[in-house]
Amino acid sequence: MPNPKVPGLIKGLGVTMKTMLRTLTKGSHTVQYPKVKEAPTPRARGVIALHEENCTSCMLCVRECPDWCIYIEGHKYLAPPRRPGGKPRKKNALDRFDIDYALCMYCGICVEVCPFEALFWTPEFEYSEPKIADLLHDKNLLGQWMETVPEFTDYEAGSEAKKLEVPR
Amino acid sequence: MSTLTLAAELAYWQQTSIRAVVGLVAVLVPAGTLVYLFLFKMMSFMQSRLGPMEAGPYGSLQLLAEVGKFLQKEDIVPAKADRVVFKAAPFVVLVSTFLLVLVIPGGPDLVFIDVDTGIFLALAVSSISVIGILMAGWASASKYSLLGALRATGQLIAYELPLVLAVMGVVIQAGTLNMQGIVMAQAQGEIFGFGGIGSPFIITQFLGFAIFLVAVQAELTQPPFDMPVAESELVTGYLTEYSGMRFLMFFIGEFATAGIFSALAATLFLGGWYVPGLDPTDNLFNVIGPMVLMGKVILVAFLIFWFRFTYPRFREDQLQTLAWKVLIPLSLVNIVVTGVLKVVF
Amino acid sequence: MTATTDAQQLAYIAGQAADARVNLELETEGMTLNIGPQHPATHGTLRIIVRLDGERVIAAEPVMGYMHRGYEKLVEVRTYPQVTTLVNRIDWLGSFANEVPFILAAERLMEVEAPPRAQWIRTALFELSRIANVVLFLGDMGVQLGAITPVFFAFRDREFVLNQIEAVTGGRFHPNFDRIGGLKDDLPKGWIVETLGVLDRIRTFCDEMEDLVAGNEIFQARTRGIGVIPADVGLSYGMSGANIRASGVDWDLRRDSEMGLVHRELDWKVWTHPDGDSFARYWVRLQEVREACTIVEQCLEGIPSGPVMAKVPRIIKVPAGEAYVETENPLGVMGYYIVSKGELVPYRVKIRSASFNNVSITPWLLEGVYVPDVISILASLYFILGDIDR
Repeated sequence: MPNPKVPGLIKGLGVTMKTMLRTLTKGSHTVQYPKVKEAPTPRARGVIALHEENCTSCMLCVRECPDWCIYIEGHKYLAPPRRPGGKPRKKNALDRFDIDYALCMYCGICVEVCPFEALFWTPEFEYSEPKIADLLHDKNLLGQWMETVPEFTDYEAGSEAKKLEVPR
Repeated sequence: MSTLTLAAELAYWQQTSIRAVVGLVAVLVPAGTLVYLFLFKMMSFMQSRLGPMEAGPYGSLQLLAEVGKFLQKEDIVPAKADRVVFKAAPFVVLVSTFLLVLVIPGGPDLVFIDVDTGIFLALAVSSISVIGILMAGWASASKYSLLGALRATGQLIAYELPLVLAVMGVVIQAGTLNMQGIVMAQAQGEIFGFGGIGSPFIITQFLGFAIFLVAVQAELTQPPFDMPVAESELVTGYLTEYSGMRFLMFFIGEFATAGIFSALAATLFLGGWYVPGLDPTDNLFNVIGPMVLMGKVILVAFLIFWFRFTYPRFREDQLQTLAWKVLIPLSLVNIVVTGVLKVVF
Repeated sequence: MTATTDAQQLAYIAGQAADARVNLELETEGMTLNIGPQHPATHGTLRIIVRLDGERVIAAEPVMGYMHRGYEKLVEVRTYPQVTTLVNRIDWLGSFANEVPFILAAERLMEVEAPPRAQWIRTALFELSRIANVVLFLGDMGVQLGAITPVFFAFRDREFVLNQIEAVTGGRFHPNFDRIGGLKDDLPKGWIVETLGVLDRIRTFCDEMEDLVAGNEIFQARTRGIGVIPADVGLSYGMSGANIRASGVDWDLRRDSEMGLVHRELDWKVWTHPDGDSFARYWVRLQEVREACTIVEQCLEGIPSGPVMAKVPRIIKVPAGEAYVETENPLGVMGYYIVSKGELVPYRVKIRSASFNNVSITPWLLEGVYVPDVISILASLYFILGDIDR
């Protein structure tokens, strides 16, 4: 409610003047992107990175994606047995792992459901392309994004959550 | 210029072309400065941002970029519009601005025409823009534009009266309608015997100054009086159908008029081209006078734009109530008090 | 409608549309104005057909559906975690608040309760999304009425809240953080202290808005006595949230019903205003932001320790049944009615969104008002198109 002593009109003028002086002396709240870039928080959902060694082509991420934007192709091969005289082991090899970022909703369900910790979020966001077909990131590019994955942050006091490790 | 003695005698056509160029500069330079300084920069600083920074250092060439942008746009005239009136409307509005600059003195000898009814001519000529707005609204052949133009006309005519009446107080105190005379009266006057800074009329005519500023804000259709222009269902009111260069002419016209009215206010209330402490008939003022006037224009325009960026807008009937029931009685009271005090002192 | 051919369906729809138009074509005089779907005044693609007589409105009709995205059909083919992702986008400004009633309804069907730490963090994020939503309104109403500066302050200070939400959930606008049985992850270190600092900024912002907008005489002249909604009329149209509290009705689901969040354990106040005009709606929301800051503060200072996720199976199959949960979202009362047949996907979800009911009062409210006041009234009702159309 307006103070009866100072009319609201004058107080409003005071607010804008104060803001203007603050911008003149301390700088504005905006930054001149791309000359100055603000870093997003470590948990920000920028792009998804793939740690290929952990992936077993279980297809859970493909099934759970709301947009069906992950494409996986793999084949089974026989690996040599662990000890001589044993059975050859059936293993999955990954042929193709594409994420189509033109469709991706950045919801994070794929990262969450992966049971083998093969997918990670990184805050990297500057990967826009002039051609929309280039937004289909293949296995190699997704592996390169692993370099930008930050370490998991510690939790607040009182939390019982376990901090995970990012495989490098 | 005829009163200045020059080393070489100029032919008439040379004098005219100099006057034309100076007139253009006198209108466009304040407009450009006001657009950059206040619209781009001050508004941005009041909103915690920086404004245009890319075009030129600190965005100073942004207006040039905007002119270039408007120049290359398609010239659209609505199909049902009255073509002649539609195309003529921006020029009518600009004509009133250019005519206004004729009487504003930039120095003791720097005035285009030095008539004895200077301020009267200025106020009369400023009403021409109302015709331009009506032409724009009517010729656009759109009911929204017409609504906007009618509202604008009602508002502008209503606020002409406080404008004129506020100036009356100044005229009574100065004793003359001549613009140079008013500046001299402020330069040579005294306040209760103290003649150090002259007698800028803002001190004795503070009520008149306030009313003049409010009326100027309404004449320019700036917020808080911009119902004709920015009301949401009217898009931009009478300007809706204008695009490209024609819109730019209205835009520049608006800011040029803001500059010219600020110059009027500076001349009437702040002392014009005069700086206290120096001899008013000194030839020095022919050199620094325009710059002093420009500084005072920036001061007054700062106030006008500060109000513009802070306040929401009035509804049309509240606008009219303010003009007729508040400003006009106040200005009449101002005139009476000034007259009485002039006779007494 | 029984099974009909395409032509019959089209004819039916055309007839309905013609009826709608005929309702306005009462007299031959007067002007029909389309406050069209593309418009700076409406928060999105809302179309209002008004019939004018000079400067007064005779009749008004809102035409909704320009942004209909078929949510209730989309969620019939998506599993529960996927639905949480989609549902963020209904009321996109206070996005965490959209997930909460859905998760609470699903938890009720599964008979699972989130651990206390999860409930407290949920409440804190719920109120943070309320702050983010209503702060925008406080600036936006100014710009509808012509004051161009407050909206920049609103966006500026809203950034801090969004940064805090991003620090926890990873997404500024679409957190996708609530899960059946708790939350996806816990708070990162240092978040509580940062958020308490952000709340101070929001309080300063509220003071600035009070000086710049609410205390401004011009704003008060534009909004006092405009668009008065009596309490009984508002309730009969199903209005909820700050709109109805501004008409004097002391009703807030956070306090009056057992929602599933921890509001009842905290110390806060429900704000009402007796007038019911546009100014009252602005004022109530201004106070609600301040109150939300208090609630978040209490939440953050009293978070119990513990896990953030209850024991739920990996593949979530909600047992058969029906559940309806309403919560006091930033825009009003939002509710989800889930019908489940025991499968991975819900059988039917009915979304009761607040703005749909809030906008339905416009034909009654806009009769006899001046055209400039139409904008002021629509701005004060504060609807979001995603919430109306789903």
